[in-house]
Amino acid sequence: MPPFSLSKSEKTELYADALSGLTQHHYSNCPQYNKILKILGFDPTIKHAVEDMPFIPVRLFKDYELLSVERSKIVKTMASSGTTGQSVSRIFLDRITAANQAKVLVKIISNFTGTKRLPMLIIDTKSAIKERNLFSARGAGILGFSMLGYDVTYALDEDMQLDFDAVDVFCNKYKNENILLFGFTYMIWEFFYKELAELGKQITLENGILIHGGGWKKLSEQAVDNDTFKRLLKNVCRINRVFNYYGMVEQTGSIFMECEDGYLHSSIFSDVIMRRTDFSVCDMHEAGLVQLVSLLPLSYPGHIILSEDIGEIIGEDDCSCGRLGKYFKVHGRMKSAELRGCSDAYASRI
Amino acid sequence: MHMLQEYNITYLVGFKKVSKHPLVPYDAQVCEFLNDLSSELRSCTEAVEYPDIMTFAFWCRKANIAKYRKDFEDGRTRLGLGLVFHITPSNVPVSFAYSFAFGLLSGNANIVRVPSKPFPQTDVICRVIKRMLDNDKYSEIKSMTAFVKYDQDDEINGMFSANCNARIIWGGNVAIESIRKLPIQERCVDIAFSDRYSFCIVDSQSLLELDDAGLEQLAEGFYNDTYLMDQNACSSPHLIVWLGERIEIAKEKFWSAIYSTVSEKYNLVEVNAVAKYTLLCKDSIELDNISSFDNHHNFIYRVGINELPDNTDELRGKCGYFYEYDASDISDIAHIINPKYQTLTYFGVARSSLLDFVVRNRLSGIDRIVPIGRALDIDVVWDGFDIVKSLSRIIDVK
Repeated sequence: MPPFSLSKSEKTELYADALSGLTQHHYSNCPQYNKILKILGFDPTIKHAVEDMPFIPVRLFKDYELLSVERSKIVKTMASSGTTGQSVSRIFLDRITAANQAKVLVKIISNFTGTKRLPMLIIDTKSAIKERNLFSARGAGILGFSMLGYDVTYALDEDMQLDFDAVDVFCNKYKNENILLFGFTYMIWEFFYKELAELGKQITLENGILIHGGGWKKLSEQAVDNDTFKRLLKNVCRINRVFNYYGMVEQTGSIFMECEDGYLHSSIFSDVIMRRTDFSVCDMHEAGLVQLVSLLPLSYPGHIILSEDIGEIIGEDDCSCGRLGKYFKVHGRMKSAELRGCSDAYASRI
Repeated sequence: MHMLQEYNITYLVGFKKVSKHPLVPYDAQVCEFLNDLSSELRSCTEAVEYPDIMTFAFWCRKANIAKYRKDFEDGRTRLGLGLVFHITPSNVPVSFAYSFAFGLLSGNANIVRVPSKPFPQTDVICRVIKRMLDNDKYSEIKSMTAFVKYDQDDEINGMFSANCNARIIWGGNVAIESIRKLPIQERCVDIAFSDRYSFCIVDSQSLLELDDAGLEQLAEGFYNDTYLMDQNACSSPHLIVWLGERIEIAKEKFWSAIYSTVSEKYNLVEVNAVAKYTLLCKDSIELDNISSFDNHHNFIYRVGINELPDNTDELRGKCGYFYEYDASDISDIAHIINPKYQTLTYFGVARSSLLDFVVRNRLSGIDRIVPIGRALDIDVVWDGFDIVKSLSRIIDVK
C-alpha cells in the first residue's frame, strides 16, 4: 500500500482498531503505562475514538525506562540528542519494532526519492555512528537513512570540517544522476552552508534531493526559517529539492515529510492531533500542542505521545501535492513559562 | 590596587560606602519613609500595573507598620545590629523590597542583592526608592542603603558576608548551604528563608453551610493562595486535608467554585498544562496511595490519597495540582508534620483547635496558621521568627 493513500474515513476506522490493540498490548505489558491508564480511569477493553485514547508526555521517556517487552528482547536502545546538561530520552527497541522502523522509513522516503537507490552524501561525520550500544538520535538517523543510498559518502571529517575535496569528487562522479543527501538541519546550516558561503566556493547539486530534520530551535535563534534555509542553500549548491521532516526519537521511522508545497504530511503509519491547553482537540488552522500517533512502537509505549511542540493542521486529504492524510505545520517549541514563586527553583543560581 | 575594582557590581541605589550606624527598631524616620514609599508607589503609573508592587505598597503603609510596632513594644530598649546583607530570591520580583523593609524596621543599614534576572518590578521599585533618597529628609537612610545587582558570584557574596552583622538568605536548600560556607563575623546573625511546605485544612460541614457570596470569596482567596504564584510560593498549599462529614458533597461544592474562579482568571499556558499532566503520570507510577483522580479541564488536578506517608512534604503540585486527604480527625495528620511545614491555611475550623493541635502534639513544624486567602501575606513574623527582634539587640539595663 502506498504510504500516503488512506483517506480520512478509511484511516479513522483502521486507526481506532489498530491503536486500541496497541494500547491493550502496552497496558498489559508495561507496568508504568498500566498504572497511568488506571489512574486516568481509562479502560482499554472498551472501544474508544483515537482522540480519546491517552497519550504519554515525551518527558516521561527521560525519567523512566518504559518497556513493553522483556529486557532480554531489546536489541537496540536509542537516546535523544539532549543538549548539554539535560536528561535524554531512552527508547528501547526489540527486533520487530526496529525492523518496522527501518522498513517504514524507506517506504516513506522513497515516495519522495523514487524506489531506486541513489548515490548518497551525508552532511555529517562518520564518527557520529561509532557508538553502537547506545544509539544517539543522530547516529540512528544517519544509519536509517543511509540504507536508502549507495556509495555513502560523508561530507564532514571528524572535526566537523567540510571535506571539500571529497564532496567535489562525489558531485562530479554523479553529476548526471540524482543524488540523495541527508543531514540534520542545524549541522547542514552550521558546517555545510556556512562553510561553503565563507569559502565562496560553489558545488553543483542540481540533481540533489536533500532530506533533513532534527528541529529548528537553534536556527530560529538565528532567525533562519525554512524558506531562508532553502533559498540560501540553493545559492551555494544549486539544490532545488529540499525536504524537511518532522519526527521524534520516540517514533523513529514513521516520520512526517514536508511535501513540495511546504507542508508536513502524516502517512498511513502516523497521525497528528493538535490540542488546546485543556487538551481538547483544536479546530483546523488553530495552533496547539502536537500529539503524535504511530503504529510502530511495540516494545515501548510510544504509540501515542504528547510532544512539547506547537503546530497547526492545515488540512486533510486535500493537499495540492496529492498525498492523502493530515497535513500540518510545526511552529516550534511551546513557550517556557515565567517562573513565579520562591521555592527551590533558584537553587543553582541564588 | 584592591580586588574590589574588579567586581562587576551594579549599584542600583546607594554607593559602596554604607554607614553601619544602627537606629532603634521602628524609628519614626523609617516608618515615615516606608509610608512615603507606599504613597509614591501607589501614585506611580508604572508601578500600578503590577499587583505584586501594589501589595507591597499596601503592606508598608503607615497603618500596617503601626500595628506591627504596637505588637513589638515590650518595654525593652533595642538597636539594630548594624549592617544586614540580603540575598533575595532571583526569581521573585518583589521579595527584595520586603527584605529591605525588614532590615530598615529593625534599625539596620542594608545591602540588598536584587534579583539578577531582569524584572520590570525591580527596576520600578529601585527607581522610586532612589528618587526618594535624593530628598535631604532621608539622607540618614540614604547613607544606610545600597541595592546591588550582580551575577551569582561567591567572591562578591563572600565580600559582603565578611562585613555584615546579619544576613537574610532567601533560597533553596542548596543555595543556603553555599552561602553558609562563606565566613562571617563571629556575632553575625543568619536568618534563612529556606524552602518550606504548606497545606490547607477545610471542614466540610462549615463549607456546606457557606452561602454563595461566602463561597465566592473563599474561592477568590484560595485562588490567590495558589494560582497567583503557580503554587511555587513556600506558603502555597499542596495538600488539602478534609475534616468532617459528607466530605464528597463538600468537595463538589468547593471545587466547582474554585473552577469558576480559576477558569475566569487563570491563564493556563501550554507548558504548565504539559507539566501538570507529566506530574500526574509520574505520580501514577510512583505513588501507591492514590484513591481517586479528578481533572477539571486541566485547570484543576486533584489527586485523592488514602494514606499520608511520612514524606508527604514531597507531594508538591504546581499551577493548580492538589493532593486531597480525608481525615476523620485532625490528629490523623500529626505524624506528617516536620520542620519543613510552614503555613497551614484553614476554613471552617476554629483557630484555637489548630493552635492546640500544634502545641498539644508538640509538632516540629507549622509556623503560621492563617485563613484561606492569606497564605501569601508577608508579615514581620515569618517562618516562626519575629524578624525585627531577631535583627536587633537588647540593651539590658538593671
